Amino acid sequence: MPPFRSGLLKRKSGSKETKSSTTEKAPDQSDEGSGDEDLIPGELNGEDDATDSEHEDEGAATSDQEQDEVLFDDSADSTFGDDEQVDNESEASSELTDSEEESDDENEESGDENDDSSESVKSDEESVDSGAESAAAQTPSGVSDASDTEKKNPKQKSRKVKQSKAKSETTEASIDRLADTIRQTNVKTQPVEQKDEYESGDTSDEEDRRTTVGDVPMWWYNEYPHVGYDLDGRRLLRPPQRDHIDDFLKKCEDPDFWRTVRDPNTGQDVVLSKQDLELIRRLREGHVPDPTHDEYQPWIEWFSREVMATPLRAFPEHKRSFLPSRSEQQQIGRIVHALKMGWTKTRKQLAEERRKKREKKFYNLWGSTEADAAQRGLQRHIPAPRRALPGHAESYNPPPEYLLDKHEMKEWDKLSETPWKRKYTFLPTRHASLRAVPAYERFTRERFLRCLDLYLAPRAIKMRLTITANDLVPKLPSPRDLQPFPTTEVLQFKGHTGLVRSVDFDPSGQYIVSGGDDGTVRVWESSTGRCLRTLRVGEGEAGGEGVGVARVAWGPSEALALLGAAVGRRLLLLAPGAGVVPARVADRTDRLLEAAPPQHDVTVDARTASCAQWQHVAPHEWARGVRLALLHFKPVTHVSWHARGDYVCVTLAEGASRAVVVHQLSRRRSQLPFSRAKGLVQCALFHPTRPLIFVATQRVVRVYDLVKQELVRKLLTGAQWISNMAVHPGGDNLLVCSYDRKCIWFDLELSSKPYQTLRLHGGAVRSVAFHRRYPLFASAGDDTNIVVSHGMVYNDLLQNPLLVPLKQLRAGPRGAELCVLELRWHPAQPWLLAACADSTLRLYA
Amino acid sequence: MVSKKKKKYSSGEGAQFMTRKAALKKLQLSLKDFRRICILKGIYPREPRNRKRAQKGAGGIKTLYHTKDIKFLLHEPIIWKLRELKVYQQKIRRARAMREYKTMKKYLRDHPQINIDHIVKERYPTFVDALRDLDDCLTLCFLFSTFPSLKKVPRDQSMLCRRLTVEFMHAVIAAKALRKVFVSIKGYYYQVELEGQTITWIVPHHFSFQPQSKDEVDFKIMSTFVDFYTMMLGFVNFKLYHSLNLVYPPKLTSAFSADTDKDLIDEHVYVAERIAAMNMSLSRVEGANDAEELPEMDIFNTEDEDPQKLEEAKLEAEKVKKLKTMFKGLKFFINREVPREPLVFIIRCFGGEVSWDRDHFVGATFDESDESIAYHIVDRPSMDKQYLSRYYVQPQWVFDSVNARTLLPINQYLMGAVLPPHLSPFVDKTKDQVYIPPEERALNDPDFKPLDGNESGTDIEEASDEDKDDEEEADSEEDGDAEAALAKQYQQEVEEDSDSDEDDSVDPEKKKLAKEKKKAMAVTTGVPHKEHPYQKEIEDKQAFRLREKLVRKKHRNLYKSMKAGQEKRKKEIWLLRKKRRLHDEKVKEDKKAEKRKQKVQALEASA
Repeated sequence: MPPFRSGLLKRKSGSKETKSSTTEKAPDQSDEGSGDEDLIPGELNGEDDATDSEHEDEGAATSDQEQDEVLFDDSADSTFGDDEQVDNESEASSELTDSEEESDDENEESGDENDDSSESVKSDEESVDSGAESAAAQTPSGVSDASDTEKKNPKQKSRKVKQSKAKSETTEASIDRLADTIRQTNVKTQPVEQKDEYESGDTSDEEDRRTTVGDVPMWWYNEYPHVGYDLDGRRLLRPPQRDHIDDFLKKCEDPDFWRTVRDPNTGQDVVLSKQDLELIRRLREGHVPDPTHDEYQPWIEWFSREVMATPLRAFPEHKRSFLPSRSEQQQIGRIVHALKMGWTKTRKQLAEERRKKREKKFYNLWGSTEADAAQRGLQRHIPAPRRALPGHAESYNPPPEYLLDKHEMKEWDKLSETPWKRKYTFLPTRHASLRAVPAYERFTRERFLRCLDLYLAPRAIKMRLTITANDLVPKLPSPRDLQPFPTTEVLQFKGHTGLVRSVDFDPSGQYIVSGGDDGTVRVWESSTGRCLRTLRVGEGEAGGEGVGVARVAWGPSEALALLGAAVGRRLLLLAPGAGVVPARVADRTDRLLEAAPPQHDVTVDARTASCAQWQHVAPHEWARGVRLALLHFKPVTHVSWHARGDYVCVTLAEGASRAVVVHQLSRRRSQLPFSRAKGLVQCALFHPTRPLIFVATQRVVRVYDLVKQELVRKLLTGAQWISNMAVHPGGDNLLVCSYDRKCIWFDLELSSKPYQTLRLHGGAVRSVAFHRRYPLFASAGDDTNIVVSHGMVYNDLLQNPLLVPLKQLRAGPRGAELCVLELRWHPAQPWLLAACADSTLRLYA
Repeated sequence: MVSKKKKKYSSGEGAQFMTRKAALKKLQLSLKDFRRICILKGIYPREPRNRKRAQKGAGGIKTLYHTKDIKFLLHEPIIWKLRELKVYQQKIRRARAMREYKTMKKYLRDHPQINIDHIVKERYPTFVDALRDLDDCLTLCFLFSTFPSLKKVPRDQSMLCRRLTVEFMHAVIAAKALRKVFVSIKGYYYQVELEGQTITWIVPHHFSFQPQSKDEVDFKIMSTFVDFYTMMLGFVNFKLYHSLNLVYPPKLTSAFSADTDKDLIDEHVYVAERIAAMNMSLSRVEGANDAEELPEMDIFNTEDEDPQKLEEAKLEAEKVKKLKTMFKGLKFFINREVPREPLVFIIRCFGGEVSWDRDHFVGATFDESDESIAYHIVDRPSMDKQYLSRYYVQPQWVFDSVNARTLLPINQYLMGAVLPPHLSPFVDKTKDQVYIPPEERALNDPDFKPLDGNESGTDIEEASDEDKDDEEEADSEEDGDAEAALAKQYQQEVEEDSDSDEDDSVDPEKKKLAKEKKKAMAVTTGVPHKEHPYQKEIEDKQAFRLREKLVRKKHRNLYKSMKAGQEKRKKEIWLLRKKRRLHDEKVKEDKKAEKRKQKVQALEASA
């Protein structure tokens, strides 16, 4: 039976749902159930159907092709439902299970068919023919389910054509027999369509076409008016072709246009039925075309190793199947031998070996010797630093003080954008019990970062300081061991009405002279603080505005009781007065100074003469104590005595090249040691023992030899502006103080660079002083502290001076940004005298 | 003859360093391969002294390697292996592209492996060197042992990590080398002492693995590290077992044998297996004496050593010896909710016996009903069935006991009790300026009374010996104020003294008269000279402040920054102390309120 028939049957059975569901389902189910046998009755039925349709077609000779189809579908099924069932049952009973017998079976069936339609000779022939065909077609399709489904596609395509062929095979008898029933059903179901059928002008000839051209490309017939030949060898004419307009019209008129396809073999239009469409849809979706097909039906293993009670097949097993194969035995023997000999290995062994090879084997890498430590390795390897160990804050149950409080939490949240600024890298959390501790979510990340550090971070050796901060502070002897030094303020000398600019002790240390802005020079008793004498030197001859005393300095010579006072442009040499010095000394001084010594041959040049003039002391001034007076062309800022007391060195403000003037008292002569200005001279001092003079300009101190008249040394202080300086009584050390808060110690033996720079003060340092006997020095300035330091100079040249700050003494209150203006040590006692800005002198002991 | 001009950067720092790009070019490696070989060989960039010169004048910041390091790499046989591997990879790729899956499979199966034994030896010429560098190795291996199979982490790698870590823990147990433990929020810190080297590692808490985003963590790099670390740990394990007279590889539970098909067992089962494995004792090499104790430490009278130091060292050794057998003969039972792994490890390390619920986990050695159990470790507030013969303690007791090196009294750690804080044993107490919480101070000093007593926070502060120094320093910082205050105080005292002498006189006028009279007589009762109590300190401080000014200019900034650091630390300590005080006060208040409430309630009830 041809496959298209079965397809036809299926299609029909699908459409019959409304009318006779019971009749169809039986064949359908049998069809899907299991393969071959079930198809057979269906096919038979199909044959019947085909004959039926022909009846109808004969009846409705002039009906349209498509319409006809529809009619045929609807009507034939309903009428022949009963017959089909009968046939089915009869066939099913007679069928055998083996597929081999199918062809015979089908032949039989076709035979049956012939019997059915035995009335006409012509139809007989035809049906036999068709039966043969169908048998040929069926044999492959019956082999398996899968092939069956595969072949459904071609079946559908060829269905219509074959149908028409079947129609041509119909006999008059069948028409007669069935005409009535068909009509009745037709009328009942679709009366309107019947009418339409006649209206269309198509002939029925076109429908019952069947080409016999075979499987040749149809375009061979493109140039011919026919498309092939029918069974009788007559040409089949090509149906009239429609052009686009026709197509369009048809599209507009025909509601079924969308499901009309053209059969390439015959050139006829075929309308796809609902079932066809369903089929196509299923195929598109990749399902089995048959909707009732069950893909998951249980698989029955017929041919298994189980021995069944009855054999499945009708012949006994071959002897071969009982006897072991000799060749196989030989083969196995060879393999076994090879395995035994180790020529081959089993797959398992191979896999095992491979695994073994892959597995890491550990052994004693560091042998017992460990001698070959001199292996090659990294150059100057820097081991990676270890991770810091955790503190209490990281604990799962930290002490409460480590948990962040509200304030810290706020800060924590604020730094969410910049987490590296946070106090901890983690949030300290407290968990009540161990089992409540969750996994740390950044753990993997932290490990990863560590890995990155290990291979990516540049390493360098960084020296870690093992010292504490206190180790940086120089180790110095305790001040207690360096006593005596002044520790407290013992006396205040009050009497001045302005700033006290300058103070000095007399060589014995019994008296004090001071000079200040009030224009007076006062002489005090150092032990009691009593003011012995007040010399008003600053009032000036004109009685005009008073001039302050810039500087006082007691002459060092004990044989000559003189003190120098710088008052404006004048340098006055005063007699301290009776009661202060022994009368004998005072008398001698007066006698010496009364008359000017005879002029010597040395002539005073004009430059010196214009700089300083030895004035004649008027009697009233003599009475006031002035013994000598020198008038300079600029105000005097600094006065210093030579150690022997014969020379006085005077520094003039803005004196340029004539800023330093040396006066010799015995000869009443002045000298200008420098011919050129080397800067702004701050002060000048005589060396205590040697003929040297120290001249401090703004930044450097120059040391000149007065005998050789040359520059001996230039001391670079490093200070911005030198204020004052003091020479150590030994003469080898110099202390320079500056307005930029420094005290600079020079060891003249050592170098022209500072030996030590002391920054002991908070403000400008205005004065420094060395004690003549004790290893002490003091410095003071604009801050309220006077610093007393130990400055030991050793005779041993190899030993450097030892400087130890000992004590900070509180000076008086500050006045006009100034505090202490000058310091002096007592010549014998460790007493310190300070000239303060609050118009007092303070003595510390 | 004109001498040839020396090319710039051909000597000195310019020739010493090499940028990464130049290194790649020299080695003919891709960056990926270079990274790998750097990790394996332990090559790292170096920080030059003068970057500009080291970069041959180029600007910016470049990764610089020592030229000698790169030359060292040049002779590494592994480089050739890497190149071969590249070719092999191409073969696999080709087979895949040609759809020759069989060949591809074969290639994949026979994928060559790189042997890095010699690198371990090269990087760590001696065993001690390897031990010294074991921190990162252990931490990473323990992390990897918790990893599932990832794309970049082959499964056998994490399996190997599991095996090796368990083996190492066994070695630690056998050597009784554990010294300190700490439960942090990141994981469990363990510190062991092997061959005189302290090794610290972290074991993460359970479920530590979380999928990481690609830019957060690159597992490929970590995997390369683990490649090397597993090798290293394997050799270290072998040597350790060897030195402990143990058989290597040890026979552990089936989960750790290499050919297991249980790769797919889930995490819980694996953890249970691991813990069970830890509870087994290892087989010893035959003929090895079991009780091998360290000999008593001898005291050598060397001149350079401080006798006090020696004494201390001896004490320390004694303590460690005690610690090693701390749990000996004690039986512990771990309740089911307690994280078992750390506890089993610790208890076994100190010679205790441990077991757990047989029904829940494998490997239990004795039952809960065993009467000889001394400690039952629970981590829940209460239990239905309790045995009288044992203590029910919380797990923190074990950790704290280990860190304290004695069995601590259990009263604070009983079941359901609020635990005292768990303190880190890693804080160096010998350093100055370290905040020591009161709990720890109480541990060290039995006389010290922490918050339990009636003392308030201020007392706590006073009781501290260590603080004194800080306070002194604090005084030295405060400019003159303290000094002035002291002086004032002294003045007041003196005045009071003198006042007390003259208290009897009532009338000021009379007093005046008496005074005058006294003056007239010119004899006064001598007032004993009172030494200023703080005089010396004040003087010293003044002197120090003066000396401070003599710090050399070179060191002045350093000194300042050191002082600033000290200041900062002091502030931190101050803050912690303040927070603690506030907290204690609050707790006390709460307690009082609670008591009052109870009293009121009792009164009401009675009424």
